Amino acid sequence: MTPHVLTRSLDRSATIFILIVAGLGILIPLSNLLLPAGSMFQVPTYLVALWGKYVCYAILALSIDLIWGYCGILSLGHGAFFALGGYAMGMYLMRQIGSRGVYGNPVLPDFMVFLNWPELPWYWYGFDMFWFAALMVFVVPGLLAFLFGWFAFRSRVTGVYLSIITQAMTYALLLGFFRNDFGFGGNNGLTDFKDILGFNVQAEGTRCALFFLSCAALIGAFLICRAVVSSKLGKVLLAIRDAESRTRFLGYRVESYKLFVFTLSACMAGVAGALYVPQVGIINPSEFSPGNSIEAVIWVAVGGRGTLVGAALGAVVVNYAKTFFTSGPLAPYWLFMLGALFILVTLLLPKGIIGTFNTWWDQRKIELGNGAAASAAREDGAAPKPNPAE
Amino acid sequence: MTFTAPALAGSFEDAVAKFANDDFSDTDEAISAVAASGNPLAFPIISALKEERLSADPDTKKVFVTGTYGKVIDAATGAAVDKLPENAAPVRLNNRLRRAVDAALGSLTLLSTDPAKRIAAAQSVFKSHEESALAVIDDALAKETNKAVKAAFAEARAAILLYKSDATEVEKLEAVAIVKAKGDQEAMALLTGLPSDQPPNVARAVTSAMASIQSNLAMWSMVQNAWYGLSLGSVLLLAAIGLAITFGVMGVINMAHGEMVMLGAYTTFVVQEVIRTRYPGLFDYSLLIAVPLAFLVAGAVGVLIERGIIRFLYGRPLETLLATWGLSLVLQQAVRTAFGPTNREVGNPSWMSGAFELGQITITYNRLWILCFTLAIFVILLAMLRYTALGLEMRAVTQNRRMAASMGIATSRVDALTFGLGSGIAGIAGVALSQIDNVSPNLGQSYIIDSFMVVVFGGVGNLWGTLVGAFTLGIANKFLEPVAGAVLGKIAILVLIILFIQKRPRGLFALKGRAVEA
Repeated sequence: MTPHVLTRSLDRSATIFILIVAGLGILIPLSNLLLPAGSMFQVPTYLVALWGKYVCYAILALSIDLIWGYCGILSLGHGAFFALGGYAMGMYLMRQIGSRGVYGNPVLPDFMVFLNWPELPWYWYGFDMFWFAALMVFVVPGLLAFLFGWFAFRSRVTGVYLSIITQAMTYALLLGFFRNDFGFGGNNGLTDFKDILGFNVQAEGTRCALFFLSCAALIGAFLICRAVVSSKLGKVLLAIRDAESRTRFLGYRVESYKLFVFTLSACMAGVAGALYVPQVGIINPSEFSPGNSIEAVIWVAVGGRGTLVGAALGAVVVNYAKTFFTSGPLAPYWLFMLGALFILVTLLLPKGIIGTFNTWWDQRKIELGNGAAASAAREDGAAPKPNPAE
Repeated sequence: MTFTAPALAGSFEDAVAKFANDDFSDTDEAISAVAASGNPLAFPIISALKEERLSADPDTKKVFVTGTYGKVIDAATGAAVDKLPENAAPVRLNNRLRRAVDAALGSLTLLSTDPAKRIAAAQSVFKSHEESALAVIDDALAKETNKAVKAAFAEARAAILLYKSDATEVEKLEAVAIVKAKGDQEAMALLTGLPSDQPPNVARAVTSAMASIQSNLAMWSMVQNAWYGLSLGSVLLLAAIGLAITFGVMGVINMAHGEMVMLGAYTTFVVQEVIRTRYPGLFDYSLLIAVPLAFLVAGAVGVLIERGIIRFLYGRPLETLLATWGLSLVLQQAVRTAFGPTNREVGNPSWMSGAFELGQITITYNRLWILCFTLAIFVILLAMLRYTALGLEMRAVTQNRRMAASMGIATSRVDALTFGLGSGIAGIAGVALSQIDNVSPNLGQSYIIDSFMVVVFGGVGNLWGTLVGAFTLGIANKFLEPVAGAVLGKIAILVLIILFIQKRPRGLFALKGRAVEA
């Protein structure tokens, strides 16, 4: 596709996407708070939290799409950044419990009292302040991604090797966080939250506010991703995705571009995790399990890799299906369906829902002889390899 | 070893009768007399006394032993009695008597007819170094003919002498030498617990003995770790070797590899179930039957996967990774549906159970067999790649796919067979792993990350790399474990591999040449 058509079509779908997310972000909380319970249009509180969870997943999917769809880095460890952001927020929420815990210790969280820890470990300092925790939500995943990427990209670890070591990274973190002496609650993780910024996390108002914030974060992440991919930097990223060596020979510092986008993506995943934890009410080591990270990748693949709207859509569609099937009589078959989804999407729908729709839309325009721009797009744009990466 | 018959039957009965006097000093005399009598009833009587199952009738002066199942016998004659007399009361003990009873029991087992029991008794004397047992030990040592038992007695005697305050210096020095020669954890504990008021010569000997035992123990713990490492390495190699073929030769990331291992394990389970219900006599051969079956089952599934999914995804490794991950979910859930989510019981055949001692370490047969089995598989595979037509074609396709195709090799057929071979080997690995791991639908999951680490660490496309990688990781893991703990050790290994890949992105033994820049 010519840049012109690309920008225009993205602009339109981007506007629609932003409007829908903003509309949901305002209407759902309003309907929950203002309409009487039991009314047909009233969204029950549990649904607000559930959809808040989906929105957080959509942010995670965006962050994966940014590196996979636009830079060809398949990270199988993005769940780790998500979980680290979640833990940073969880630590803040734990400190807010104060003396309302089971053991009533004003400083130590319950699990530390239970383990007979005399005082707070140093890495818990500062988490009683919201601004510090909010900063850590960016810094911790970002720093890990920066260090990891610094080593990996500079020594030109690419393709499946990178995927495997990212998986090893999240697996190592999984093992670590399961340990009690790591100081993050071990197996049970962090839970039993009471307050966030002085508001009760269980209250309807707080949940609605969190939902609104998640939608705002989704729009923000979307705009950042859009800005990145439609800038010159984004063009270099695409070049790296499609022909890494050639880009390097042209004089671009491939590793710096990769490192930047990888770190940015990890920070976004961290924010998603931080918004996820107060809405779900728990964070535990299973968030680090490699399976979670791979599942997040399939959301992107389903929605359409390399289309930002698709990534967000894929996250919501797959998770909605997951909720729908795992709560019904079909629960034992969910894993069959998820597995089949992995296989069928890669085999039959490599561009995902949005990608396929875009192709179909362009084709339809040409068939209707609708304007020279579309046929130009056809001539330039239908030629690219169906799968540019690798 | 035979006992000398009781010299006087009467004296044993008199001694037993003393239990009925309800007097602590009489009971004490009775204990020593009965223990020294060598009468076969002595052991039951004294152990009954310890557990308050010995009762006496103060009127008739008869003593009775109540068995654990309520059977009552006359202690003096061993004749069965219908029930305890009305006024029979348990023989009472005080703390001093309890010690006497324990010592008597120890010395009685020292004289047991079963050599294993005698050794066990000697070892318990070694640990307790109870002075009262010295006479019995000396006695037993003189009569003993069995070499192993004799050594155990000598060690027990040395332990007693070391702690005996009035033993001569020469005796003590000899004792230290014996304990030093024993050289294990118990000897160390014995010397550490020694009171410090020893003659200077003895104290010096003890210090040097402790140092020597310490270094001996350190050496054996190295050997132990090395053995555990080899064992873990063989398991890793077994799990990774099939992956080395599919990933190394074909460049295909098969995330469902672990599930091939699982299928092999479940094949073993089915084979054992059939054998248990139909032909119980064949149980010892169940693994021999399961190996080819598991190869066929997993291999057939592998060929199906290659033909059905993977061949459409060649050249798109990341998509292959996702599709095979999905496949692994489907296979796990299918097995969970068919066999249930819980662990299934897979038994060890008799030739694989048990263990033997080598110096200070214990080697279990199943681990040893798995090590041998893994090496055998490795050699067979290596020979297959080297000497058969399929092996030649596989190597040709690995090195240059298009050139191989131009030379008339049906590359897609080779691909299918290679994938089948890799999967089949994973199935065989499942048979072996079913012997040491839980057979559950999650079996494969626990190996997949480790096997990838091995292949990536060793270098893709090179079986030797996989061998070296597996054993290096296995041994490194087991040497880190005592220092850092199991989980931290594992994390350290993962971090080290991640760092190592930065240094050598293509592994230890990288393929050289243009094939690398695929």
